[in-house]
Amino acid sequence: MSEMTKPLLEMQSVSKEYNGNPVLKDVSFTLGQGEVLGLVGENGAGKSTLMNILFGMDVIHQTGGYGGKVLIDGKEVKFTSPLDALKAGIGMVHQEFSLLPGFTAAENILLNREPQNKSVLSLVFGDRANTIDRKKLQKEAIDAITKLGVSLDPDMLVSEMPVGHKQFTEISREISKSAIRLLVLDEPTAVLTEKEAEMLLKAIENLSKQGISVIFITHRLQEILDVCDKVIVMRDGRIINSLDAKATSINEMARLMVGREVSAGSAQNRGEDREISDKVVLSVNNLWVDMPGETVKDVNLEVHEGEFLGIGGLAGQGKLGIPNGIMGLYPAGGTVTFDGKTIPLNNPRACLDSELAFVSEDRRGVGLLLDESLEWNIAFPAMQIHEKFLKKYLGGLIKWRDQSAIEEVTEKYIKQLQIKCTSSKQKAKELSGGNQQKICLAKSFALEPKLMFVSEPTRGIDIGAKALVLQALKEYNRKHGVTIVMISSELEELRQCCDRIAIITDGAVSGILPASTPSEDFGILMVGKTKKEAK
Amino acid sequence: MSTDLKKKFDARDFLANNIVPIIFVVLCVACYPLAGYSPEYLVDQIITRIVRNSFLVLSLLIPIMAGMGLNFGMTLGAMAGQIGIVFITAWNVVGIPGLLLAAIIATPIAVILGWFCGKMLNMARGREMITSYMISFFMNGVYQLVVLYGMGPVIPIHSDQVILPRGYGVRNTIDLINVRRSIDNFWQINLGPIRIPVLTIILIALLCVVIIWFRKTKIGQDMRAVGQDMEVAREAGIKVERTRILAIVISTVFAAYGMIIYLSNMGTLNTYNSHSQIGMFSIAALLVGGASVSRASIKNVFLGIILFHLMFILTPQAGKNLIGQAQIGEFFRVFVSYGVITLSLVLYEIRTRREKAESAKMLAQAQEVQA
Repeated sequence: MSEMTKPLLEMQSVSKEYNGNPVLKDVSFTLGQGEVLGLVGENGAGKSTLMNILFGMDVIHQTGGYGGKVLIDGKEVKFTSPLDALKAGIGMVHQEFSLLPGFTAAENILLNREPQNKSVLSLVFGDRANTIDRKKLQKEAIDAITKLGVSLDPDMLVSEMPVGHKQFTEISREISKSAIRLLVLDEPTAVLTEKEAEMLLKAIENLSKQGISVIFITHRLQEILDVCDKVIVMRDGRIINSLDAKATSINEMARLMVGREVSAGSAQNRGEDREISDKVVLSVNNLWVDMPGETVKDVNLEVHEGEFLGIGGLAGQGKLGIPNGIMGLYPAGGTVTFDGKTIPLNNPRACLDSELAFVSEDRRGVGLLLDESLEWNIAFPAMQIHEKFLKKYLGGLIKWRDQSAIEEVTEKYIKQLQIKCTSSKQKAKELSGGNQQKICLAKSFALEPKLMFVSEPTRGIDIGAKALVLQALKEYNRKHGVTIVMISSELEELRQCCDRIAIITDGAVSGILPASTPSEDFGILMVGKTKKEAK
Repeated sequence: MSTDLKKKFDARDFLANNIVPIIFVVLCVACYPLAGYSPEYLVDQIITRIVRNSFLVLSLLIPIMAGMGLNFGMTLGAMAGQIGIVFITAWNVVGIPGLLLAAIIATPIAVILGWFCGKMLNMARGREMITSYMISFFMNGVYQLVVLYGMGPVIPIHSDQVILPRGYGVRNTIDLINVRRSIDNFWQINLGPIRIPVLTIILIALLCVVIIWFRKTKIGQDMRAVGQDMEVAREAGIKVERTRILAIVISTVFAAYGMIIYLSNMGTLNTYNSHSQIGMFSIAALLVGGASVSRASIKNVFLGIILFHLMFILTPQAGKNLIGQAQIGEFFRVFVSYGVITLSLVLYEIRTRREKAESAKMLAQAQEVQA
């Protein structure tokens, strides 16, 4: 009886902080049985943290728990592990598939929960010697698929499935767990074709009719309007607004998602409008890049000489794939022309030789030689590629390192970028994230490139260092006339430095706007609304 | 047009996927007329080899299923089997009861060694094959220490047949007159010159059935899951480490039994060489049968033994008839075994890389379609 009146899930002023950094503030909402709740927000808005709290993930306990209350059927719960959440009937489908390629759909759906038959040998060897009841396994799998209401062949191997069917398999697995009452879907449609996405939305409606509640996290706002009962828009760890899905619009949601109140600070910091030459220095045509999680499908882009171009977009849409593909770190195709010459793809050396440089988002992996000194880190690429800092003897037969030149240049950058270190001999791994990032920049500056790709330069570094890094980039662009292409998930950061900003959605450019454009317009590009309208 | 293309592509794929067995078929066909053996003799020889080796080769299947690659550590099982054989020879236990006793002695040793090997391999995840290979070298040292110095003074064995004249340590070769062909001769049918040891064949068939049944059990399903993706299996609640250790333990125990059958069929024990040779030859035979590091079936086992050993029956005689030297066969044996293992490992890597390149190809194709 109480179930009728009490909501299935209720959160009461939930908050969470990591090392004194508040990431969730006073989050409260309720979800009734069979309701579909849309959850939208930019990356870093706090959606994942909220779900981690709901599931009692380890990251939450290890960082000091959370504030507020989570109630199920009106009773407070504190899950200590995802297994507890599962017992309470909460299941989650993650963005990354966790399926076995060589198993059929049915085998995957009931993985480690296979129905079993006892055999004689079970008496000797225990339960693991039970044989698997194939018929029952098949039946239970089909039950789950029917409940979801999609067409999925239970005998098909996962490796032979289209992406959509993998997603359905994954969801069927959650549904097949007994007593499932609440299903969390984290961007389930991101990888689906439009047709598959439609099927999935229908499946969500089916589930809702059967009394299963759904929390639906997505960046495609149209889908929210299609299936959700209500929408929660999150930004900077807060619920900005709770809307009735029937009475809102894509524009309203997009505005709430990205629209920060225009503070005086950000307006002043924004790049001045300046004249950019018409000369195209880099043109990218039909670029595709096979970078896992950041696939680029078809990018066309022109960069002007001396420009500071920003590339933004939501995570997983392919913005990081662009520099990684052009610089030859992941398999890529298409044509890239730089300074009148075609750049061969899949060949990092050729890119560097044509005076392109890349500051990778993977600082510790690609960017630095962690166990070497700062001098080495800064001088090594220049030494390798342009034969700088080398003394030549015997007509170049023997090349000696020019230690004093290396020290000189390192000192110069340490001063210029205010790198905090004990000496230029210190090891790169001993520096903080922000200072490591500066070393990465110095390393690229030392190459004296004509064009620099800078990928996520401020990821994981504190605010003070952030400002310094951005300032250094801006100066380098303005004073030395170096063309810079900066990729960042933070729109505000791009708006501060860039002349133009390109937004990448679904592996392609969805629009390029001057940096002075209001952020709502970028927000609408990010959620790919233009495409939907075109259709 | 398009179907034509597809057919052609399939033929190339077939060739690429079965290159090792195809090379061996071609070699055997080429050597057959040169050697000049009668078909009856060859059939009899092949049956002997199948009976001798298949239990050993079958023991390799389970670790492959669990995604741990070729179990070079089967040598450990072979050592356990040999220790069992040494004991029963010293104690003078004859015939089938002797072999049973050898198996009973070998089992706990194989379990302990397998458990140790499995533990090590769990620590060296992703490098199972090279690690198991090195473990087999390392344990070979321990085995030699036990057999050469331990047996006699520490482990009470005082049979003149087994112990070196100096009073401790086991002889280089032991004549296994007590148990020679005792399973084979227990029930043998003769079809003209062809001898068919029925009981041994029944034993091997039984093991095949056990392996097929094993695939259908919960533990078998878990192993296949672990073999495909350890992380996914772990998330689903499967005990990954335990499952992997179990795979190696089962393989090691089967290898010990296989070694006992092998030795009884051979009739002599080469105390310091048999085990390391047998590991290499078993793995080579499996690969010749078309298995790969990640996939192997019972079919591969038998095809492999037939082709691999046919080759070694034919080449010495062919070599003798061709250039007057029979040693060329023995030379071939070692060189071909290592060659086959190397080739298979390289092919496996190439194939994996090609599969990875597929996704890039799809992206490029998607663009062509758009254009």
